[in-house]
Amino acid sequence: MSNTVMHRTGDRPQRFTLNTNQKAFLLFLLILGVVLLFWEAGARLGWFSQLMPSASATMKEFWWWISNPFFDYGPNDKGIGWLLLTSLRRVLLGFAIGSAIAIPLGILIGLSEVAARAVDPFIQILKPVSPLAWLPLGLGLLKNSESTALFVIAITSIWPTLINTKFGVSHVDQSYLDVTRTLGASRWRTLSRVILPAAAPYIVSGLRISIGIAWLVIVAAEILVGGSGIGYFVWNEWNNLKITSIITAILIIGVVGLLLDRLFGLLQAWVAFGQKL
Amino acid sequence: MTTHTSLIRTAAMSASAQLSVSNVSKTYFGKRDWFSRATRKATLDYTALEDINLEIEPNTFVSIIGPSGCGKSTLLNIIAGLSQPTAGTVAIGGTPINGPGPDRGVIFQNYALMPWMTVLDNILFAIETVKPKLSVSRRMAIAQEHIDLVGLRGAEHRHPHELSGGMKQRVGIARALAIDPQILLMDEPFGALDALTRGFLQDEVERIWEQQRKTVILITHSIEEALLLSDKIVMMTRGPEARIARILDVPFSRPRHRESLDQQAAYHALKAEMELHLSQETRAVEESRIRRKAASEA
Repeated sequence: MSNTVMHRTGDRPQRFTLNTNQKAFLLFLLILGVVLLFWEAGARLGWFSQLMPSASATMKEFWWWISNPFFDYGPNDKGIGWLLLTSLRRVLLGFAIGSAIAIPLGILIGLSEVAARAVDPFIQILKPVSPLAWLPLGLGLLKNSESTALFVIAITSIWPTLINTKFGVSHVDQSYLDVTRTLGASRWRTLSRVILPAAAPYIVSGLRISIGIAWLVIVAAEILVGGSGIGYFVWNEWNNLKITSIITAILIIGVVGLLLDRLFGLLQAWVAFGQKL
Repeated sequence: MTTHTSLIRTAAMSASAQLSVSNVSKTYFGKRDWFSRATRKATLDYTALEDINLEIEPNTFVSIIGPSGCGKSTLLNIIAGLSQPTAGTVAIGGTPINGPGPDRGVIFQNYALMPWMTVLDNILFAIETVKPKLSVSRRMAIAQEHIDLVGLRGAEHRHPHELSGGMKQRVGIARALAIDPQILLMDEPFGALDALTRGFLQDEVERIWEQQRKTVILITHSIEEALLLSDKIVMMTRGPEARIARILDVPFSRPRHRESLDQQAAYHALKAEMELHLSQETRAVEESRIRRKAASEA
């Protein structure tokens, strides 16, 4: 906008003008360059511990890992693609179990003030507990590492979705409910055609927070439970003292988390219909 | 002037009345339990409406006008069945109502369209809810007919957030009419629109009313709107304990046109009477507010 104004009022049109996005991108490249240079120089000049690889070696390794995602040379030597699929399968399964509990329960306590107040102490006390505190309990209950990982992810996924679903269902715009009352809609019809669609943006925003936390937790859970997956890979590579693999895994975990978040962001926009949260 | 005014009607049920409001009062009870008193949160009872009596003949367009906060919307909500009166009854065709029902179509000030439904789905939702036994093709035909009636052909598949305020309220009107109610209740339907759109929609309502001649109750604070559309205008006093001050007959011939409305005999007399009443009531409301403020600060 300001560019066009400058063109009109200035003596000469300016040759180079950058918009905010372009400026931000240049600054991003600058920061990235400084970090990489510092890392490379530090590794070569011995500023860090000897374990720390140089930036260039790490980038080479990183490239190797992402250009060979699907190899399988036994349980401790798999491509990053397989590792991710294992972890994603666990996260999605646990997330599905958690959501299958959280959404119906959230609807119930959103509709009933009595139920909401009765359940609230449980939510308030269990919500702040670190998901990893559930791990030993899960092992004790289920005596199976795979089920324990799912159990922890499911417990983690419950709280944000439960709280958001409750809020969405209990804060439906009164005028929508007045319309359905004047039409004489049944309770079921009011719930399925009005309350749930009206609460959908809140439910999805709860799911979005839940999947984010579930993805955070899976790495820790796999480190502790072991066996397979990207979290186990991080721990295994630490035992091999392969820092390049660990940095690779960190970047890939970040990118996958970002993609999951964006996916739910799209879903959120899809159910919002211009409503602002 | 007195030729156009009628006295406040009594509760005597007239046989021809379609809607009778008899001795309706509405009090919002304050909190006076010991806990509220101890925490200084006790509030007084507030009587919004006091002994309202109103008889409405079939096929009449009635406007209710009064100063702000006089309980116009409370009265409409009671007639709609969305709110219960503390005393008195509302009867339609002689049968007292208890709760909302599809014999009364309501048009809301904030449109109250479901954002996740298209224009067509909003109207179909109303038809399906009220008449679940109709065939799908019949429902579609009714919906399309009402979309055409309000001039929204071509916008059927848009969602409310893609519509202007005026278009949204046209959907609101189509939805209310599509369920074929006996009585149409409109709660300041054009209050949120700009002046030009409001005028245009008033003309549309006049045109549609000429076609359908349903009984309509319109809540408004616009004198021009009331004069353009109504057969009768109910003027209310200020709240609390709002009552009906008087009911004016508007004897203008139909169809009416905004441009030539002021040439109708009695237009200026009616308008002057309404303006006098409203300005007196509004002044009293403002003065009582100032007194209350001063009292609470003293």
